[in-house]
Amino acid sequence: MNIEDFPMLKEDLIYLDNGATTLKPQCVIDKITEYYTKYSANAHRGDYDISFKVDQEYEKAREIVRNFIHAKYKEEVVFTSGTTESLNMVAFGFFGKFLEKNDEILITQSEHASNVLPWFQLSKKLGIVIKYIPLDEHHYVTLENVKKSITPNTKVISLASITNVIGDERPIKEICEFAHQNNIFVVMDGAQSVPHRKTDVQDLDVDFLAFSGHKMCGPTGIGILYGRKELLEEMEPQTYGGGMNESFDSPDEVYLKDLPTRLEAGTPNIAGVIGLGEAIKYLEKIGMDKIEEYEKNLRAYAINKLICIPHLDILNIESDSGIISFNVNDIFSQDVAYHLNKYKICVRAGNHCAKILKKETGVQNSLRVSLYFYNTESDIDNLVDLLSNKEKIIEGML
Amino acid sequence: METREIIMNHYTSSPYKIKKEDIKDYQKISVQSDSCIDHLDIFVKIEEDKIVDAYFEGEACAIATSSCSILLKNCINRNFTEIQEFITNFENMINDCPYNEKQLDEAIVFREIIRQGNRKACAYLPYKGLKQILGKEL
Repeated sequence: MNIEDFPMLKEDLIYLDNGATTLKPQCVIDKITEYYTKYSANAHRGDYDISFKVDQEYEKAREIVRNFIHAKYKEEVVFTSGTTESLNMVAFGFFGKFLEKNDEILITQSEHASNVLPWFQLSKKLGIVIKYIPLDEHHYVTLENVKKSITPNTKVISLASITNVIGDERPIKEICEFAHQNNIFVVMDGAQSVPHRKTDVQDLDVDFLAFSGHKMCGPTGIGILYGRKELLEEMEPQTYGGGMNESFDSPDEVYLKDLPTRLEAGTPNIAGVIGLGEAIKYLEKIGMDKIEEYEKNLRAYAINKLICIPHLDILNIESDSGIISFNVNDIFSQDVAYHLNKYKICVRAGNHCAKILKKETGVQNSLRVSLYFYNTESDIDNLVDLLSNKEKIIEGML
Repeated sequence: METREIIMNHYTSSPYKIKKEDIKDYQKISVQSDSCIDHLDIFVKIEEDKIVDAYFEGEACAIATSSCSILLKNCINRNFTEIQEFITNFENMINDCPYNEKQLDEAIVFREIIRQGNRKACAYLPYKGLKQILGKEL
């Protein structure tokens, strides 16, 4: 649906790599262009009209984000460069301050690198222990397995709400309830879920949430860190400099601004922030429930056809999202992707930054189709048609 | 043989894509593409200024795998100067500089393929690895 809003889809492109990034609707492109052509000033310099306009648009975008994720306060919404930076800020800026040797962090083997490597680094620095919640036979996280995994030393559970290869949705609300009863913090990597369904941080009761703008029709280089206000108050900035300080005279006399500005040092990605605000307005106009339902139906349509192809090995026949990971038997995933590219079908081949997932699935690399609301049944038909003919794939991979 | 046949032979049944148990006499270099998922582990056995044996492991596409196989075939029992010449000649070919076609053996099959999208990086990946080994030796 809404194909006509996307300039990239005016060509006969079949874009099925939405887990990596999404296409941009014209309204977002226009909004960014408007900033660069009509009021291209810096933020926080309201002495003249166009800078005042920047501040207005910038803070308007923050309010749009707050409302979109149902945060209680605007101060709980921090603009970052993306999910990766947000998760690093949580790991080093918050937990780096409080965790001690032998404290335990629970993640899973299906997390994206951005929800693994910051913890690995913290483990080397502080001597904290990283443990993996066992996944069930479908590579899902169950509340039961979370309960079995905690010990008196568990301090943090950090999980993707939807994973980027298996596409399973985790029971975050139930996990938060259980975790908080046991004084454990919950960090949610929302990169693959926030663009595709409603997010309510108060209802989930999550402590921190990270997500990226470019995976939800927004510009690249912009993302969000949400944190409960009392927790963000304790967060140590990871970047110091302009914009975030109130005053300074000497190392002992540095006074920082209030939230969220103190966590947004330097000239911000103004065009990115304003573009993200517009992207969210656009998604809300379509309706997040409608997007979720459309993607689920399209996935079901795709799976019903793909399972009929005998030489396909699908990693996640069952899944809660628009992600389908598979391999063509005996053909390296990249060669298949290369073949599909000849027909302007964009899919991703690889380990998708989930490099320890192979320990769980036994599969090193795969092809990933990740859907969004502008994909159609016709896109799927074209894909299925090409994948059905194994001989043609072998012929076409060179 | 046609280009396609040469590439597919080296891709599907390379005599150099093997696993060895005893690797103590071999130097290993791992190379990974920056832009895709090609990953090669190249093992070479060096005696004086010569590569006397070589093989590779890894997961990579048809182009990277066959390119590695053809490269190693042309390195075994050659000295470093000859190998360096072979590599330079290949680099010249993929960078549109004058090159000696006869010296390239089967590596000539990549002459056109490297013009397709990202395939140049795939074909060159094993060369990047071998150069790192030679850099240590020269």
